Amino acid sequence: MAIQTIEFKDSASRSSGLAAESPAVPDDLRDVEGDKLIVNMGPSHPSTHGVLRIVVELDGETITKATPDLGYLHRGDEKIAENMTYTQFIPYTDRLDYLAPLANNVAYVLAVEKLLGIDGALTPRCQYIRVICCELARISAHLLGLGAFAMDVGAMTVFLHTFTEREKIYNLAESLTGARFTTSYTRIGGLSRDLPAGWVDSVRRFCNEVVVNFDESEKLLTRNRIFVDRTRDVGVISRELAIDYGLTGPNLRGSGVSYDVRKAHPYLCYKDLEFDIPVGSVGDCYDRYLVRMEEMRQSVRIIRQCLDRIPGGPDNPTKEPINIQDGKVVLPPKEKVLTGMEELIHQFILVTQGINAPPGEVYFGAENPKGELGFYINSRGGGTPYRLKIRAPSFVNLGIMPAVLPGHLMSDMVSILGSIDFVMGECDR
Amino acid sequence: MPLPLELAQKLREKFSGAFLEPVVFRGEVTLKLADPARIDEVCVYAKSSLGFDMLLDITGVDNYGEDPRWTLVYELYGLGHSCHLRIKTDVSEEASELPTVSSVWRTADWHEREVYDMMGIRFGGHPDLRRILMWEGYPYFPLRKDFPLAGKSSESPDVAFSRTAPLEGGPFVTLPGGKDTVSREPRVRIPEA
Repeated sequence: MAIQTIEFKDSASRSSGLAAESPAVPDDLRDVEGDKLIVNMGPSHPSTHGVLRIVVELDGETITKATPDLGYLHRGDEKIAENMTYTQFIPYTDRLDYLAPLANNVAYVLAVEKLLGIDGALTPRCQYIRVICCELARISAHLLGLGAFAMDVGAMTVFLHTFTEREKIYNLAESLTGARFTTSYTRIGGLSRDLPAGWVDSVRRFCNEVVVNFDESEKLLTRNRIFVDRTRDVGVISRELAIDYGLTGPNLRGSGVSYDVRKAHPYLCYKDLEFDIPVGSVGDCYDRYLVRMEEMRQSVRIIRQCLDRIPGGPDNPTKEPINIQDGKVVLPPKEKVLTGMEELIHQFILVTQGINAPPGEVYFGAENPKGELGFYINSRGGGTPYRLKIRAPSFVNLGIMPAVLPGHLMSDMVSILGSIDFVMGECDR
Repeated sequence: MPLPLELAQKLREKFSGAFLEPVVFRGEVTLKLADPARIDEVCVYAKSSLGFDMLLDITGVDNYGEDPRWTLVYELYGLGHSCHLRIKTDVSEEASELPTVSSVWRTADWHEREVYDMMGIRFGGHPDLRRILMWEGYPYFPLRKDFPLAGKSSESPDVAFSRTAPLEGGPFVTLPGGKDTVSREPRVRIPEA
């Protein structure tokens, strides 16, 4: 069945990205001088996914102005970071994008490792495990984004399908890290623990199952008339507008810009892995959906390569290290702390004073499910950051809302918010 | 010469004397702009002629107890040449204001609102300089170094928290170099107290 193209009256102006400058009000409504209606959407509206509040000004059913109101989940993470050691902040990164805590853990420690200058010294096994974690987190976050998006536009079944798979990812995270949600798995210079026995096989099994689920979800959505009607040519973000508003991640790629940090500035072992970057052509909600769908398949492809190539294999009989061998960065093994003087000193200094970072400043951005999660660390030496700024992709991506929403119908807003896929924990920090 | 450094030199040549020597740390190039009032024209040039079409981030840093007090950090990126460039500029506490770059990159709108919200630095010419994470009417700027971690009590009727937060003895951070345990392990660090 061919997808029908839906002709909007003002589709030409929207496709060229003019929506921001001139709210597209249909011509026959232009002369009606009606009262504008102010509607308050959120902070606890089902489609605002958390605690986003948007104040919309309506002319009839058409949005003429949209003002997002943030901060309902502001916890002062950056202030907290200034008051603790680099290692102590790792659990706080779980609570940024709480749909992909593993990816946040990895991004944060990579930023600190860049500051310490040890990012090139990470052991290969550690790099591969971290990549697997990132990609599992990406699948988990996209599955939720997709399920919630589909549910918002009326396809309840997809939500149930994707949540079944997410449950499996949580189980994998639990056996890997000990926690389903607040993983805090990475450590500066390595990982908190090696892979548990049988984990690699479980991930392999999961990969085989999840691709079947992708097919099912795709069958339910990609050619679903209702879904297509509600997402095609809705919320068009032109390439120029996307760059101007600093969008990153699937939202930027949906608008046709093939910028992916994993390709542009490969970190960990991404340069050794084969994967493609899907990009959209129109930049509407439907394109963003397709991009996410394909990204999940690429993530499975990456995970499979990593599982095959992981140094030391699943059970690590050759005792490949997962941490870098530097007592001034990584905690020594507990049995050595109890018997060796040097290890005891290292343990004591690391726990009480933290890692002695050099003075300087770094910015590190990682390709997270929502976009580029960046950490700017300003260090004046010592164990605590002087200033730590989190560049939250959800925060930046939501900034485009006042430019995209005007001209759309109130009901389109639900599709647009769903397709932008944001997390308020990260946005408000 | 690596490309980011080359672009930084081009920027320095265009605005001769406005920038200090570029600093390279961990492969990242940082340029310091001496006069914060020129940040907008610098950014216009960087975007239009040097291809830095994306602004990734704006960070405010509070150098409490030093002069000038504020440092603004702009993280630029060019999709065409895949280069990062960091531009820094210092702003004195008396001025606490510099021109906006939200007309150069529209993403700067929210970044600047956040800097204003957290630090109290104003951006001249910003179209809508309101608080963004804290609420309208909140009397303090929480990311300033003289704002305690536990928060400040307030007499204002609209402020949700009128007492400071219980920290249960935290934050548990040891500062190197103190002469005794009390100064090495301050339980609650309140700079002005």
